[in-house]
Amino acid sequence: MNTVIQADKLNLTFQTNDGPVHALSDIDLAIEKGEFVSLIGPSGCGKTTLLRVIADLEKPTGGTITVNGMTPEEARLKRAYGYVFQAAALFPWRTIADNIALPLEVMGLSGDERRKRISDNLELVDLAGFGKKYPWQLSGGMQQRASIARALAVQPDMLLMDEPFGALDEIVRDHLNEQLLKLWAATQKTVVFVTHSIPEAVFLSTRIVVMSPRPGRVHDVIDCDLGSERPLDIRETPEFLKIAHRVREGLRAGHAYDE
Amino acid sequence: MSMLLRSWQAVAAVILTVLALIRLPMFGDGATTPPGNATLAIVVILALIGAFSALLVSKRQAVAAILFVTAHAGAWLLFSALLGNEGQARAPFFLLIAALWLLAWACVTQLSALRPESREAATLVRLLIPAIFGAWVLILWEAATRGFGIPFILLPPPSAIGARIANSLPVLAADVRQTIFKAVLFGYVVGSGAGFVVAILADRVDFLRRGLLPIGNFVSALPIIGIAPIMVIWFGFDWQSKAAVVIIMTFFPMLVNTVAGLTAAGHMERDLMRTYASNYWQTLFKLRLPAAMPFIFNALKINSTLALIGAIVAEFFGTPIVGMGFRISTEIGRLNLDMVWAEIAVAALAGSVFYGAVALAERATTFWHPSIRGG
Repeated sequence: MNTVIQADKLNLTFQTNDGPVHALSDIDLAIEKGEFVSLIGPSGCGKTTLLRVIADLEKPTGGTITVNGMTPEEARLKRAYGYVFQAAALFPWRTIADNIALPLEVMGLSGDERRKRISDNLELVDLAGFGKKYPWQLSGGMQQRASIARALAVQPDMLLMDEPFGALDEIVRDHLNEQLLKLWAATQKTVVFVTHSIPEAVFLSTRIVVMSPRPGRVHDVIDCDLGSERPLDIRETPEFLKIAHRVREGLRAGHAYDE
Repeated sequence: MSMLLRSWQAVAAVILTVLALIRLPMFGDGATTPPGNATLAIVVILALIGAFSALLVSKRQAVAAILFVTAHAGAWLLFSALLGNEGQARAPFFLLIAALWLLAWACVTQLSALRPESREAATLVRLLIPAIFGAWVLILWEAATRGFGIPFILLPPPSAIGARIANSLPVLAADVRQTIFKAVLFGYVVGSGAGFVVAILADRVDFLRRGLLPIGNFVSALPIIGIAPIMVIWFGFDWQSKAAVVIIMTFFPMLVNTVAGLTAAGHMERDLMRTYASNYWQTLFKLRLPAAMPFIFNALKINSTLALIGAIVAEFFGTPIVGMGFRISTEIGRLNLDMVWAEIAVAALAGSVFYGAVALAERATTFWHPSIRGG
C-alpha cells in the first residue's frame, strides 16, 4: 500500500468578522491508494474544508499535508484529482458532451482524444445518447452523473466528492450510490467522499472518518469492510447496522456538548 | 340576450352608427365637396354588416375576416369623403370612425382567441394583431387631425408625413447614411468595444478597477450630450465629432456592465476551473465571459438607443448640411413639420431595427439563460 494523502497536525483558522473560526484542529489522517474514505459529521465540523484543503481550494494555516507526495498545489497543477461538487455546476451554455470536454480543452487534448473520452465516460455513467442535450434539459440526478463523468474524463487517480448526492431524493441517491460503487470497483480510484448520511457512508466506504465541530477535528476512524459485492440489501444486515450504530455513537459523542 | 354578450364592441358599434344617422349631416356648411348619400349609406351598411356578423356568425375565422374587411373599407371610404372637407367634420363622422374602430377592436379580440394549427398561420396572426393595432393608431390620428382641422404645425396627419417620406427618399437616405451609417455605427462599435476591452483590463489590473470604476459609475450618470459642442470644436463639423459623442456615451455603460458581468460566474464554477489548473485566460473565455453575456448584451441594447440619441442631438450643435439631427433642427425653423416628423419616423424605424438586431443576437447567444429559455 502507498499513502496518497498524508495530513499531520493540520490546522486551518478562518478570520471572520466575528473573530477567528477554528475550522480544522490538529487533523492527522492518512489515506491509502484505492481506499474509499468517507468524511462524516454535522455541519460545521470541517469535513468540506478538509476536502477543499486536499484539493488546494483552501490553504491550511498550520501543519503539513501531502497529496501524492507533493504539496496540494503541485498535485492540483498536475490534475491529480477530479472534484465533484454539491451541485452539478455544469455550464448551461455547453451541451453535456461539451461540459465533459471542458477540462479536456483546458488540458489541451486533441479533438480525437476528447471525443473518445467523452463517449467513454458518458457510457460509464449511463448517459450515452444524452451528449447533445443541455444540462437544463436533464433531471438533477442525470446532471450529477454528468458532473461525475466530467471529473472522470480527466483520468485522475483520485476522486474528491463533496456531498455529491446531497440535493437528490432518496431513490435517486440509492441508485447513484450503487453506480458509484460499481464505478469505484471498475476504476480502482482513491475516493474521498464527504457526506452527512450515515447509511451512505457505511454503504460506500472502506473507512469512515467521523468528525466533530467547534473546533473541527477527527473524532473516530472506523474500518468498514463489507466486501466488494454490496447489494443495497446489505443495509439490513447486522454487520451493516453495527457499523452504522458506531458511526451514530461517534456523531452523538462529538455533538453532545451542544445540547 | 346571450347573442348580445358575444361582442360588446359590436353592440356599441351599432349604437354609435344609429347615433351618427340621427345627427346627420356629416359635414358642416363650409364643406366644399360634401360626399353623396351613397358613400354614407355604404359606410353605414359596412358597419352594420361587421357588427351583426360579430353577433351572429359563430366561426371565428369568418368573423375576423368580415370585421377586418368592413372596418378598414369603411375607414377608407370615410377618409375619401373627408378629402377637401378638412376641418368641417361633425359628430357623425367621428361616431362612424369610433364604430369602425370598435369593429377593428372586435376583430383583434377574435384573432387573439384564435389557436391556429399550422405554424405559418400562427405567425401570420401574431404579426396581424400588432399591425391592426398600429394601423388604427394612425387611422385615429388621421381622423383627428383632418377631421378637426388641427393646424399642420401642431400635428400633421400621418398621410402627409407618409407622402413627405415618399417624396424625400434621396434626402432621407443621405441623412441616414450620414448619421446612422457613419456616426452611430462607428461610435457604437468603437465605444462598446473600448468599454469591453477596458473592463477586461480593469479586471486584470487592480488599480484600474479601484480607480476607474467609481468614475465610470459617476460619468455614466452624467448627461454626456452636453459635451457635444466641445466635440464639434475638437473634431470638426463632420460626422467624426458625432461619433466622438457616441463613443463617450456608449463607453461607460459597456464598461460598468461588463465589469459587473465578469463577477457573475458562481464560486463553485470558479473553483471547478481552479481544480482543472485552468489559467486566467482559459477561465475568462470558457467561464467568465459566457456567464457575463447577459450583462454585455444589456449594455449593447442600452447603447443602441443611446448611440442614436447621441448622434442626432449632437448634430444640433453644428454639422455639414446633411444628417438627421441637422434636418430636424433646420426644418423645424422653416416650419416644415412634415419633414421633421418624417425624420422622426425614420429614426424610430432605424432605432427599432438596430435594437431588434441586437436582441436577436442576444437570443442566439444567451439561449441558455433562464430569462430566454423560459424556466
